Amino acid sequence: MNEQSVLDARNISKHFVLKGGGGLVRRTRPILHAVDDVSLHIASGEAVGLVGESGCGKSTLARVVSRLIDPTGGTLSMSGRDVTDTDCAHFVHSDLRRKVQMVFQDPSESLNPRFSAFDIIADPLRQLVPGKGREAVSARVQEAARAVNLPPELLGRFPHQLSGGQKARVGIARAMVVDPELLVLDEPTSALDVSVQATVLKLLDRLRKEANVALLFVSHDLNVVRLLCSRILVMYLGRIIESGPTEQIFERPRHPYTKALLSAVPTLRPGQTVERVKLEGELRSPIDPDPSACRLVGRCPWQQARCSVAEPALVPCGPGHEVRCHFPLD
Amino acid sequence: MSVAVRERLRVAHYVVSGNPVNVIAFGLFAFLVLCAIAGPAIAPYSPLATDTPIALQPPSAAHWFGTDQLGRDIFSRVLVATRLDLLIAFGAVALSCVLGSVIGAVIGYFGGWLDATVSRVVDVLMAFPLFVLAMAVVAALGNTVANVVYATAVINLPFYIRLARAEINVRRSLGYVEAARVGGSGHFRILLVFLMPNIFSPLIVQASVNLGWAVLNAAGLSFLGLGVRAPTAEWGIMVAEGAQFMASGQWWTVVFPACALMITVFSFNLLGDVVRDILDPRLRT
Amino acid sequence: MNVMQSTARAPSAEAASKLLSIEDLSVSFRTRTGIVKALDRVSFDVRPGEIVGVVGESGSGKSVTAFSVMGILDPAASITGGRIAFEGRNVLEMSRRERDAWRGRDASIIFQNPRLALNPLRRIGQQIADVLARHSPDRPAVIRQRVLDMLEQVRVPDPKARQNAYPTELSGGQCQRVGIAIALACRPRLLIADEPTTGLDVTTQAVIMELIRDLARSRNLGTVFITHDLALAAQYCDRAVVMHAGHVVETATVSELFASSRHPYTAKLLRSVPSLADSLDELDAIEGSLPDLRRDDLPFCRFAERCERRIGICDSAPLSLTSLSPTHSIACRNPQ
Repeated sequence: MNEQSVLDARNISKHFVLKGGGGLVRRTRPILHAVDDVSLHIASGEAVGLVGESGCGKSTLARVVSRLIDPTGGTLSMSGRDVTDTDCAHFVHSDLRRKVQMVFQDPSESLNPRFSAFDIIADPLRQLVPGKGREAVSARVQEAARAVNLPPELLGRFPHQLSGGQKARVGIARAMVVDPELLVLDEPTSALDVSVQATVLKLLDRLRKEANVALLFVSHDLNVVRLLCSRILVMYLGRIIESGPTEQIFERPRHPYTKALLSAVPTLRPGQTVERVKLEGELRSPIDPDPSACRLVGRCPWQQARCSVAEPALVPCGPGHEVRCHFPLD
Repeated sequence: MSVAVRERLRVAHYVVSGNPVNVIAFGLFAFLVLCAIAGPAIAPYSPLATDTPIALQPPSAAHWFGTDQLGRDIFSRVLVATRLDLLIAFGAVALSCVLGSVIGAVIGYFGGWLDATVSRVVDVLMAFPLFVLAMAVVAALGNTVANVVYATAVINLPFYIRLARAEINVRRSLGYVEAARVGGSGHFRILLVFLMPNIFSPLIVQASVNLGWAVLNAAGLSFLGLGVRAPTAEWGIMVAEGAQFMASGQWWTVVFPACALMITVFSFNLLGDVVRDILDPRLRT
Repeated sequence: MNVMQSTARAPSAEAASKLLSIEDLSVSFRTRTGIVKALDRVSFDVRPGEIVGVVGESGSGKSVTAFSVMGILDPAASITGGRIAFEGRNVLEMSRRERDAWRGRDASIIFQNPRLALNPLRRIGQQIADVLARHSPDRPAVIRQRVLDMLEQVRVPDPKARQNAYPTELSGGQCQRVGIAIALACRPRLLIADEPTTGLDVTTQAVIMELIRDLARSRNLGTVFITHDLALAAQYCDRAVVMHAGHVVETATVSELFASSRHPYTAKLLRSVPSLADSLDELDAIEGSLPDLRRDDLPFCRFAERCERRIGICDSAPLSLTSLSPTHSIACRNPQ
């Protein structure tokens, strides 16, 4: 398999300057740290999971990676080419645009109600791969529909005439029609029934193997990520707090938050006693976070003095396994 | 697209035939459009032909609506005026709808300082008593029919700007817009191809509701002597000229043109409701 | 399949008097495109102190069942048959006034989206007080204290200060706690929780579910917990009722369901749940889609058209719940 890196993001930050300053004396506006110093590398054909709860920044990171928004800092390389200096507005017209595509969460909202399924799938093709005549476009759209098991007679229908599962597949076909190298999926199965979810997950896995397309699977559902991804990154308040191979993360989580997250997931796995790790209190504010304290301070059951005075760095703790904690669990 | 059109027509038929009021609204509208088109051709007398000896005659077999102070047949004048009033109303609404929706869409999509500036201008515009504003515009630009159309369009502009801006705002962060960005479409293509067609329905509903207002506006301006001038047949002018004869008992000079106005506004308002029912997405199962 | 650890209770030997008994409930909706036969002879009971999970996908009729019990169905709905007995008395025969008094005082409901269920313009303390004033009026000082007590029971930190907050100032989890407080303020005996944790983060979900379970146990409430998440039902419920397209297809204790489910739909559902599968290959999808409930020719078994175990009798005879054991019933002509 080709080991070329599809995505190489280093020290990505995304900060939002908020309106309404801090009173008459302070001149500086509050800054929301949605993503802070995240590095992410995805190899060709790899399935990487990005998990975290609401407010952790995973959706923002997904949109930076798919070049819908510009990062505040850091460097970004795609397919070996540095794209840091190309902002989103220009990236739209770049030849790299078709290499990174996205699948969205709510199939009802992510399909243009005025377009037929055919046009929805054909549109990116017409925009990003110019020079194709009508027959070529039609053939390619049919091919993409076949690849997602969408019956060709449904191509003439409109979104409101399709079921949830069918709409999800149209969304995937639309992303795949331009032969991308990386597919960023933002919670693609959360809005689907569990029986349809299985279809979509198996489809994504098959596409990954057949088309050699890498997947960045963003989700809050750990069970789904476990089945699809070989590597998982856990985010909390804008930072990666643990990353490593899927089995390692599930069997031997090293970060207290990862452990809490895993213990909270209702699971039916026989024989596994679940010891609930509880996090006290609420999420801290992502606005102007304290730069010299761990972001889990105040909630962590294993918190010690050091945690409030220095923010931990991401350090290796096993093969391919990194954790951001002063006192990783064992 | 024919699948969508066919479905719409089916819903339209369902809505119109389901409620007798809707049938009346549609019928009246069709009747008015017919009058506008065929009016001058089927009018029994020329609307401008004066015949002073038979001035101020009450309604009779020869003159269904009677005659006015110059002996002109009121029925013919009312009939022919339909075309002018409808043209002014449609023209004004079309102009303000198209212009307003484009402006509103652009500021709703891009936001920022553009939105802030234009919105303040719109706020100022809406702070004026609209009819007074229309008068001022016509007085400033000159007393012609075209200027009546422009004035009516201007005072209706804010509604479309606000509506388009709100509708675009809601849709701008939806998945399919992001998908279009990822699919290689620039901002203007997204506005034109993805967003504008989706806000079509609420705009059309607003326009059809607006038509009634526009007719009234045009008639009101003419009543005051702005825009349309004698001897042109127009409902507002006819009411103005006939008003002086009400006290002396010649009610037909006022009542018939006023009724025509009332029926037209009534019919357009009803039509607005019918159009909204047809285009309301909740009716599509 | 091994029995997993859960907090389930064993059913009592003697049949405890039923708190809620739904018998052959049928509900239809009038829509512009036809009559939707949303529920068809749904039956199950709830005993005091037990937590019953009603599990099903979207369109299975679980929320319609809940709303029927509470009497808050859409005006386009009509109950075409059956009875809903609360402590022996049919609530469908109650007068409007009696039903309004019963709702909130004897039975209560927690809704799916906590933010939508709270009035954004009233402080949360006031909203709890409103319910108390309606069903168990008392001196203002007593009500104030009861509001604080409820907030403490739902584990809201610093109740004295928090009671003056508006819902928009609270997180999703906190809003749901307030929803629970409102539901339990008048000490009802029946609690219905309609997907109370959808939309909440997984860690918040665990906390809220534990809260509901603890309160239900300590107050000996009969609880109906509606969810599409099988794993959640397994972890927090004593018994499960599986619904499909307006039918109850299987009822059993939670351990029976996961160890020895007999209905083909339940089996397929279990195989499609990611948390039960070890790999993608083990994951199964359910082919086809729900039947259109507006049809006049709906088959007797609404799963038949998608079922691999369909046999002749499935199409020719009406379905009913048959008991396989005192706690396990299924509606199937050809069980596994």
